[in-house]
Amino acid sequence: MTTTVVLIRDTDSGGADRTRDVHDLFTQKVRDAGLQNEVQVVRAADLGIYNKGMVAKILPQGIVYAGIADADVDDIVTTTLAQKMPVSRLVYCGANEQVRIVMRNCGIVNPECIEDYIARKGYQGIKRALYDLTPEKAIEELKTSGLRGRGGAGYPTWLKWSLARNAFGDRKFVICNGDEGDPGAYMDRSVLEGDPHSVIEGMMIAAYCIGATKGFLYIRAEYPLAIKRVQKALDDAYGTGLLGKDILGTSFCLDLEVRLGAGAFVCGEETALIASVEGKRGTPRPRPPYPSDVGLFGKPTVINNVETFANVSYILLNGAKTFASIGTDKSKGTKVFALTGKIRNSGLVEIPMGTPLRVIIEDIGGGVASGKKILAVQTGGPSGGVIPEQHFDTPVSYEHLLELGSFMGSGGMIVMDEDDCLVDIAKFYLGFCVDESCGKCAPCRIGGFQMLKVLEKITDGKGMPEDLDTLKRIAQAMRKASLCALGQGAPNPIISTMKYFAEEYRQHIVDRKCRAGKCTRLMRFEILDTSCKRCKLCVVNCPVHCIAGDREKGYRIDQEKCIKCGRCFEVCKFEAVARS
Amino acid sequence: MLTQEERAAISEGCDSSPSARAAAPHALGAVQASRGWISDESLSDIAEFLHMTPAELDSIATFYNRIYRSPVGRHVILLCDSVSCWIMDYEYLLNHLLTKLGISGFGETTKDGMFTLLPSACLGACDHAPAMMVDRELFGDLTRQSIDTIIDQYRIKDGDRRTAQSPLATGRKEQ
Repeated sequence: MTTTVVLIRDTDSGGADRTRDVHDLFTQKVRDAGLQNEVQVVRAADLGIYNKGMVAKILPQGIVYAGIADADVDDIVTTTLAQKMPVSRLVYCGANEQVRIVMRNCGIVNPECIEDYIARKGYQGIKRALYDLTPEKAIEELKTSGLRGRGGAGYPTWLKWSLARNAFGDRKFVICNGDEGDPGAYMDRSVLEGDPHSVIEGMMIAAYCIGATKGFLYIRAEYPLAIKRVQKALDDAYGTGLLGKDILGTSFCLDLEVRLGAGAFVCGEETALIASVEGKRGTPRPRPPYPSDVGLFGKPTVINNVETFANVSYILLNGAKTFASIGTDKSKGTKVFALTGKIRNSGLVEIPMGTPLRVIIEDIGGGVASGKKILAVQTGGPSGGVIPEQHFDTPVSYEHLLELGSFMGSGGMIVMDEDDCLVDIAKFYLGFCVDESCGKCAPCRIGGFQMLKVLEKITDGKGMPEDLDTLKRIAQAMRKASLCALGQGAPNPIISTMKYFAEEYRQHIVDRKCRAGKCTRLMRFEILDTSCKRCKLCVVNCPVHCIAGDREKGYRIDQEKCIKCGRCFEVCKFEAVARS
Repeated sequence: MLTQEERAAISEGCDSSPSARAAAPHALGAVQASRGWISDESLSDIAEFLHMTPAELDSIATFYNRIYRSPVGRHVILLCDSVSCWIMDYEYLLNHLLTKLGISGFGETTKDGMFTLLPSACLGACDHAPAMMVDRELFGDLTRQSIDTIIDQYRIKDGDRRTAQSPLATGRKEQ
């Protein structure tokens, strides 16, 4: 019987992730001490502590150790695990300005243990709904809480549920959207890996409210650990009678099942996801009818994001008023953001809605890692936009981000410093959308491709001033006529960079220069004769053989033939290739 | 022909679906798990089992990136080419990985049939970008050195297994 759990995680954002090595070492030491039956060592997804080296959290005592070196593992095993005494020199206590609702249990409970979740008042929310509230009352509770969908669009959750409840259907379904494909966002993975039961409980509440008897958790195939833990959680829930027939002694029945994605970004769109669960090509269809009327197998269906369901179980447990006291007028509660890119403390942060961007980036994130000037932050993934530094005092909420031409999205927040070229970034996002477009509707399929061609022209140094108007015109068409959010949102990164960084576009088109040096086609490569050691590495590596010369006279790049691939610049060990 | 185990694995998915064809992606995944990829032959076998035409099933198989319609190596490497990894310069590592594996681009398999390299849009490891996944193992904070170590370890592990379980290796050849 396992009585003690050690959660470990390497919290340093730079350098190699040592979690795996220390996990192996820990397991070995625990075995050496003969404690393998009492102690379980688990790699945690997120402990809410950043840049404190190797961190271990020991449960149930709740002791946190930070900055653990390999040599300290022995001490922890012999002192804390064997004798139940703390190792005072390693103890960590830190301040935390974050508010944890969605991730309330991440890093606190053992995700593979249902008893842990129950001990943290787990499944009390569904119990309250079943015994004390009618489905209408439970929906009313959600209405009071003001919870809005965390998948990106921010549709009021209660309204969605109430529509599905009132829709006619002999069977109804509830689906959890865990097809987290947004580049730069991974909070769903962390919740599924760190606290799967809170999501399952949220789904149970949804099923009770709308009268569904069957539900699916759609999870990306790229998240094997999440799949494993959710499956384990479902098995445990069935084992304890929390799923299946006559749940908690009432007439409420619910079956939940995991469905795996197979690598298609567009399946995160609700109608595409439904098509995928039905076993078809995951392509979206026009709405209305909305899934709450005609959803899975033509039946009324509620489909919500992982984070939304984790919020639901919290609301039913702690009451709508508690939840509604956090956040702004129209955006209640908290939001988890994945802070990545050139930030010092990358990781997940959960903050109350309405927190200014600056607090997230500078206070929690610790600013730019390189110490360079921060340029912008990109939110909302490929359907979102960039927010320049002068707008960092804007509070984060659905409305405020929309006003800035960006989007809440699923919560990716990518920080860029002056080494990044905004035109290049816009091109990258668009390229992603073009790749992932399912091809069903023409505006997205053709429009995206044409916009990408224009952007490539600009980054190749062949842009014309009128290209910007072409981009705007196609963007307008895509926004208005695309079938789903993928096509409608695809032009956003371009439009918002054109709005805030018009000067960068002008430099690319008129001056034929890239300030950041990312658009290599606009660069000129030259060999500096004084630094060149005549090693010929560049000559050997040049794919078009445009570097000629000999040891006596030195080497030169034939600018006519050069394709600006930058290979010579990369391979030179003596910094003798200049890029301008 | 589908084996007994494969039929059982597919049926498991059919049970919870209202129609057999709703289990199509599941069936493709199950057969791929045992055969590595979906050949034309496997495709028509599954289609027959699910009462679909091969063309219908192929339209589903080709839609999903993680269903392989051409042979892959024993290990599939998914290198994340998404935004966080891109900003953290995954392209620089890509060149190194290609040289290490001796292949010239995404979608190719090493000569010994050991690894296939594929791009993947976001592995959800953005805080440890650049990241890659080998089969079901996720590796983050990649550097040139760590890539070398990972690939070498897989080669050693697989080499050991082949010598240790040589009957299996010969059995595979006969198939």
